[in-house]
Amino acid sequence: MDYELLIGIFPQVLLDGILLGFMYALIALGYTMVYGVLEFINFAHSEIFIFGAFVGVEILLSLQSAGWLARLPWLVVLVLVILAGMLASGLLAVTIERVAYRPLRAAPRLIPLISAIGVSFFLQDIIRLFESIWRNAFNLVYPTMDAMNHRFELTRTLDVSVRSLVVIVAALLMLWALHALVNRTRIGTAIRAVAEDQAAASLMGINVNRIISLTFLIGGAMGGAAGVLFGIQYSLINPYTGFIPGLKAFTAAVLGGIGNIPGAMLGGLVLGLLEAFAASYMSLLTGGAFGAEYKDIFAFSVLILILIFRPKGLLGEVVRGRA
Amino acid sequence: MIRSVTAVAVVALSATLVAVFPRSILVFLAFQCSLLFVYVTRIPGWLRAGLLGLALIVLMPLIGFFNGYYLEVATQVGIFAALALGLNIVVGLAGLLDLGYVAFFAVGAYSWAIFGSPQANLIFGGGFPLAPGWFYVFLFVGLGVAALTGVLLGLPVLRLRGDYLAIVTLGFGEVIRVLANNLDKPINLTNGPKGITPIGRPPALGIPYNEAFYFLVLLIVVVVIVVNRRLEDSHIGRAWEAMREDELAAQAMGVPLVRAKLMAFACGASFAGVMGVVFSAKQIFINPESFTFLESIGVLAMVILGGMGSIPGAVVGATVVTVLNLQVLKGFSLWLNELKNAGVTVLGYSLANLPTQLEPAKYERMVFGIILVLMMIFRPQGIFPARRRQRELAQAQQDSTVTPVVTS
Repeated sequence: MDYELLIGIFPQVLLDGILLGFMYALIALGYTMVYGVLEFINFAHSEIFIFGAFVGVEILLSLQSAGWLARLPWLVVLVLVILAGMLASGLLAVTIERVAYRPLRAAPRLIPLISAIGVSFFLQDIIRLFESIWRNAFNLVYPTMDAMNHRFELTRTLDVSVRSLVVIVAALLMLWALHALVNRTRIGTAIRAVAEDQAAASLMGINVNRIISLTFLIGGAMGGAAGVLFGIQYSLINPYTGFIPGLKAFTAAVLGGIGNIPGAMLGGLVLGLLEAFAASYMSLLTGGAFGAEYKDIFAFSVLILILIFRPKGLLGEVVRGRA
Repeated sequence: MIRSVTAVAVVALSATLVAVFPRSILVFLAFQCSLLFVYVTRIPGWLRAGLLGLALIVLMPLIGFFNGYYLEVATQVGIFAALALGLNIVVGLAGLLDLGYVAFFAVGAYSWAIFGSPQANLIFGGGFPLAPGWFYVFLFVGLGVAALTGVLLGLPVLRLRGDYLAIVTLGFGEVIRVLANNLDKPINLTNGPKGITPIGRPPALGIPYNEAFYFLVLLIVVVVIVVNRRLEDSHIGRAWEAMREDELAAQAMGVPLVRAKLMAFACGASFAGVMGVVFSAKQIFINPESFTFLESIGVLAMVILGGMGSIPGAVVGATVVTVLNLQVLKGFSLWLNELKNAGVTVLGYSLANLPTQLEPAKYERMVFGIILVLMMIFRPQGIFPARRRQRELAQAQQDSTVTPVVTS
């Protein structure tokens, strides 16, 4: 076995894992926040996420065709695109809640889940339909910005590109902002109160429906930001790209303890790292018999194992009822 | 009396129309609707059974001679009807949302595909494919293997609460697909994404293969319906429904939860396994693409559309969804293409300018999505609701009006 190779790729794999982990963490927040207030898996969150990526690519492509992409400072473009993605995805999430989930709040719990699956499928094809008509293509590539492709060589075997740094910094900023919002503001207190006990919160004068909408807005916005960052990092997107990252982010949310916001961040990071290491080392360790193609199975196995042995997740938020 | 005459007339008329216009999709749809009409209208039982039997056993194969594609559609409807009936046990009766149902279909399909083709030579050296007669044995092998898979999946995950169970079964479905996609090394078991071909067909019985498969599928669907009927009112069927309404109460009444759930998984899976074997033989070629999450959701949409827990519902749901996918969407695609090629203009817009990526045939997800959302919001009990299910939903509605949790 080539130990030098095994150790040599370690830093790069670590970096990839952290990147992936932040991506999962941002998406997982949407699942976990909605689960926190409604105890409901928002299956359509993966499409809310990829919708952000599409809004981002549309803006970048229009800027490019107008010739502004090269002229504007890249940081301005970046902030603009991320904000637009957040706004679009947040509003989409609120709309979905209003149309497809709110009428079902009193129904048995599998009913809204089925509705969410329907929304997810519907959105995939609506995005495809729109892009097919608008651009005659639904596999879109993020236009490159030269400044973001610059790579810093840290060591002989490790280099990091500006866009990777952007992803990490943006994700950290947003996670911090969300943490502050939930823990240090009146709105955050209201969200936590609704998650704790809807009836009691409502008696304390909190407008529960508005807080639920707000939760969808914030969760959706995080998903939208993740979508734009995903596009910047991995370039190629299509309407069906969101599904697998969404499922893994859900796994991350469960891993961290669903309903628990720091848990979602931790779960995202842990899952990202596990997956990156599994993807690079599995083939080396098994002599090529099992390679990176099994990394999806790996994530699902993690999910099944946690649910069986520690359904509360790593940070063990008390989940009402039995998992 | 008038109704009986109408029913006979409707079937006769629509069948004649199909014979006269064998290419018209609308006419074939009318034929399918006439069968539905016969089923729902109030006529003596013997007449209904006779008409449906006549239409399915005699008329449908005859139509197949005029237009082979319709027989193909009918066969597909049958395959999906059996799948929907199987999922109906798991989702409708036992109330366990299984999002990876197509995995059991895949297990059945691969069990015959591997041994009914030269593929198995790569594992055991030689002697394959098995003789065509083995196909009938493999119907039961597929049943057994799928049921076993269902139990194996069920054992660890059945403790989970409903929505978690749904996600885990989804993951399981993906695991099976990824395995099928990648088990071409270290041992070549599934031949990976390239798929397995040629898969052996059952021995010919003197009729063309398409007709033979149609009758085989029809026979299996009938058996599945009978089994479903018997299960519904059996000891275990009552246990399933009790469990669906209220797990705790069911347990208190002495329902062994784990065993009942495992039975539901195994029963549902076994139907899919049998159909998998038929499917692989009918297609001659299978690859992992046929067993995606999309298929699982398609089958779920059929069950939801027809009505969870309702046997006629599952059959009608399977028919509607399959026909939508195979005929309406495809027909719309073809029609649009014809208009495009003919250079038709609508309101000054030349259809030749339509984007080439716009293919209506590819939008089955949208169909499934719309069905799921609309049914959940406006008619969660489905088109042909099961009576007990209907009462349960009404009860939930009542409870929620008595004690409103959220007021705004």
